[in-house]
Amino acid sequence: MIEFEQVSYWYSDVESLLEIKDEVLNSVSVVIQKGEFVVLLGRNGSGKSTLAKHCNGLLIPKRGKVTIDGLNTMQAENLWEIRQKVGLVFQNPDNQIIATTVEEDVAFGPENLGLPMEEIRRRLEEALSIVDMQDFRRKEPHLLSGGQKQRVAIAGVLAMHPEYLVLDEATSMLDPEGRGEIISLVSRLKGSITVFHITHYIEEAVNADRVMVMDEGRMVAQGTPREIFNLRDQIVTWGLELPQVTETAWLLREKYPHLFPTLPVSETELVDALCLSS
Amino acid sequence: MFIVLDHVSFSYLAHTPFEISALVDVNCAIDRGESVGIIGRTGCGKSTLTQHFNALLFPDAGKVLIDGSEIRKKSAPLKEVRQKIGLVFQYPEHQIFEETVFGEVSFGPRNMGMGEGELERTVRWALDMVGLDFETLKEKNPFELSGGQMRRVAIASILSMRPQALVLDEPTAGLDPEGKKMIFGKLKTLRDEWGTTLVIVSHSMEDLAQIAQRIIIMDQGKIVLEGPIREIFSQVEKLEWYGVRPPATARIAAEFRKRGYDLDCTVLTPQELAKEIEDKIIQRRKG
Amino acid sequence: MLGKSIVLGQFIPIESPIHSLDPRVKIILAGVLIFILFIVQDWFSFLFLGIFIFGLTLTAHIPTGYLLKSLKPILFLLVFTLVLQIFFTPGEVIWEYGILRISREGFVRGLFIIVRLCLLILATSLLTLTTTPVELTDGLEYLMNPFKRWGFPAHELAMMMTIAIRFIPTLLEEADRIMKAQEARGANFETGSIIQRAKNLIPLLVPLFINSFKRADDLAIAMESRCYRGGIGRTRLRVLQLKQSDYRFLFLSLAFITFVTFSSFFLW
Repeated sequence: MIEFEQVSYWYSDVESLLEIKDEVLNSVSVVIQKGEFVVLLGRNGSGKSTLAKHCNGLLIPKRGKVTIDGLNTMQAENLWEIRQKVGLVFQNPDNQIIATTVEEDVAFGPENLGLPMEEIRRRLEEALSIVDMQDFRRKEPHLLSGGQKQRVAIAGVLAMHPEYLVLDEATSMLDPEGRGEIISLVSRLKGSITVFHITHYIEEAVNADRVMVMDEGRMVAQGTPREIFNLRDQIVTWGLELPQVTETAWLLREKYPHLFPTLPVSETELVDALCLSS
Repeated sequence: MFIVLDHVSFSYLAHTPFEISALVDVNCAIDRGESVGIIGRTGCGKSTLTQHFNALLFPDAGKVLIDGSEIRKKSAPLKEVRQKIGLVFQYPEHQIFEETVFGEVSFGPRNMGMGEGELERTVRWALDMVGLDFETLKEKNPFELSGGQMRRVAIASILSMRPQALVLDEPTAGLDPEGKKMIFGKLKTLRDEWGTTLVIVSHSMEDLAQIAQRIIIMDQGKIVLEGPIREIFSQVEKLEWYGVRPPATARIAAEFRKRGYDLDCTVLTPQELAKEIEDKIIQRRKG
Repeated sequence: MLGKSIVLGQFIPIESPIHSLDPRVKIILAGVLIFILFIVQDWFSFLFLGIFIFGLTLTAHIPTGYLLKSLKPILFLLVFTLVLQIFFTPGEVIWEYGILRISREGFVRGLFIIVRLCLLILATSLLTLTTTPVELTDGLEYLMNPFKRWGFPAHELAMMMTIAIRFIPTLLEEADRIMKAQEARGANFETGSIIQRAKNLIPLLVPLFINSFKRADDLAIAMESRCYRGGIGRTRLRVLQLKQSDYRFLFLSLAFITFVTFSSFFLW
């Protein structure tokens, strides 16, 4: 369980030597249960990425506390264990691959953990097959597409056998093809590992167990995808945009209030609702 | 025709074992005042194509004509071409280097030989076009701005050359929906009020639907499909073949057609789709 | 587009007895060869060492022409050295024109230095052509390990090398893109005086530096969150282990080189 208790965070301005309390996180309380697939939505600058970096102690709360399975990130001696439990994948695919070949990079985490060679090799094979990159093991990272690079980054984290996988805007720099690859990988992982996916693409939230929305450093809404997609007006004020399917359903529902018993959130749901009801 | 490519072919590292053919016999023509979207999977040649528009790359075979005159490596005055066709690269904020917003935005026109007096007016206009305030920002350090603002400063630094055509490579990459809306809104003003020709390279059909009138689809260095946006968008299966994800509205309409409803597939927006569903399904069921 | 064509290092991915040697053996041998090339002083040694290098090239299945290509970047240096030696070494004059005179000693010495330089380059190229960057850094780290006890940062150096190699294509591609982007704004990188040209590089270098710092920052965060804490307690995916064939090859090669060196001094 990842638990945020009244967490506040602000960046301090080094030059002026004054702490400018422009709060990036404003008393955020969140719980992520083991096994959940949670999507966190928010516009650029809403604080969602800062939140992600609190999950494994890259940032330490200025007020409040973050605990991972009871381990407080504030205590430096916990960080090693926390970082094995919580794997982070970042936004820029080019800036998180360290080694000169795919397999060396996937092995980087297990090597740091000091695992024996046979174990590293076993985990390497396992992680490569989960992300379906076995055929690329000897490739140099710059020869891969953006989606493939992010899959390697995810494999590198999975090889450390974490309990929580945090994707910090991992899809935002990818083309639709690459995003598709990551989203289908995440839905395959669903259930076997806790996934905390942070994004501003609302359609990536459709399959989530739970959706959270952040704006101006605060947690402004939580619920199932359907519950969140029902908040059409708020979604606009949070700087987000409904998927076109749901927007279409909303437009129809305005005219025909009884058309949909529940709001369709996917394309098949919309088509089914209209075709099967006749 | 303003921009014409006549049987253009181009390879990277030509005459080496590493030769990569990027454009193969490409013909295209873009008219003044048009807004054209170029789409295709990564590596299809769209970026190579746009770099031919303003003399950053030169064809191995074929001709590029800008405003009627041919662009050749040595002969044409390249500055003139680069002033006429403004090229905004992907993530343009990565090219910012000046200490002030004014310095950054005035770099282009200064290179083009614009006088100091006119410079201020032009910078003011360019910043205004991207929705930034000249007085509050001119002395600011561009690196202290937010990501979205940096993107707009970078676009302004191309606009300040007063190009007649603006070519943008993924102008909204990495921006959130709000930032996207902002950029597309400004581009529309530019086209409608200033008659600027727009060429927009994108991966997203939904984005292009907001602004392009005509679509060019590329695959493996060739133009494989070209036409008015509605015509292109409705060819759902063909698009998928070329690695382009059709817009959600067209996909949904196609799904309804599969189930036996005669929906028009050329719908571009949720509003249009809702209207089609209303007319073809709900009303008919009542009647 | 451009990035896809960049090859990391010069490694040729084929299989050969030389390719499968332990990188440490190859590094040591290259080092010894370089050292010996500097101390021997006669043509016979050069001949034998040249034949030795040629033999290794054949065993490595590397086309001789390809190996010779590695001399191309230093062609200018070679010619320059030759000219310098030929004209400025005093001795028996064999050709004269105005103030220019060529001495026999100068000619011989010039050739001698050139052959030495060529053999040096060929020996190191043979190493990089048959060893992947990963193996090279691994091998160096292993060889430097004994010096750790005196505080020598062996692991850190190897890690730095890996990261540098990893980012070469990324940075080249980025430089190319920024250059084009600035050219599109009328920047000129090709003409003007040297000072002017250096000044013109600012719009290229500033963004390149800023982006590199950003990358370094991102990379450090990514490494930290993957539990990196330097070389302490770290294990390896690939553990280097000397095989019998490695020992045999190293022994025979060193024996040959020693023989050549001794006979060279003996003949001298």
